[in-house]
Amino acid sequence: MTFEQVKQILKTKTIGIAGCGGLGSNCAVALARVGIGRLVLADFDLVEIGNLNRQFYFYDQIGMLKVAALKQNLSRINPDVRVNTFDIRLCQSDIIEIYSKCDVIVEAFDKPEMKYMILDAVLNFLPDKYLVMGVGMAGWGDNNLIRSRKSDKLIICGDELNAIAENCPPLAPRVGVVANMQANAVLEILLGINENQIHSEN
Amino acid sequence: MKIILNNKEEILEGDKLTINELLKLKKYTFKMLVIKINGIMVKKTEYETATVKDGDDVMVLHLISGG
Repeated sequence: MTFEQVKQILKTKTIGIAGCGGLGSNCAVALARVGIGRLVLADFDLVEIGNLNRQFYFYDQIGMLKVAALKQNLSRINPDVRVNTFDIRLCQSDIIEIYSKCDVIVEAFDKPEMKYMILDAVLNFLPDKYLVMGVGMAGWGDNNLIRSRKSDKLIICGDELNAIAENCPPLAPRVGVVANMQANAVLEILLGINENQIHSEN
Repeated sequence: MKIILNNKEEILEGDKLTINELLKLKKYTFKMLVIKINGIMVKKTEYETATVKDGDDVMVLHLISGG
């Protein structure tokens, strides 16, 4: 497929992104760049200075709602992407309502309790929906530990080992790798496996 | 019995194990776990009763902070 053909398919698709921190903001940017049709973003937080070490926001956006700042940034990259924003702390019923029309849902929360909540909601109430999760990305280095695996319509990206800790902070490189891995998994779901590409064995 | 555990083949003694027995055997001690057997999520309240049998495909996912 050429990039023009890729864009023709992607412009008809809607992706839900739950959380607009390090994973969500960077994943949204990657999907906007390749021409996704619509993004549905949700986050209740404001941009803080401490977010700028990994999240796709700018210094002059500190204090803005993340969803509003991200919408602004996405429109500066690709104004054709339609962006719907929800500045709420998502609960299960919100997830079911907001994301039921999306082609794929990207989990981009920071807290494990929230990750559990969305997984539980999607597996039990939206079983036909693909869910792409990010699990384990704190720290730096060890590129080869980061991977992805699939179980039916659930895809998990990350090292599944490194949680955030005082001495293991989340930083742009590893968080960005996992966020872009999630965006890459979304493309594979939407476009299928590219036959004109060399693939890994698993 | 032979099962698939996190995409790897595992040979375990006996012909069935409860989820709690499997977690103990494989030394999974994390708090925020998600378990799927043959694609179906097992509720935490069923870990004592739900069983893993020969040929089952089991996924154990440990949810950790970061995002």
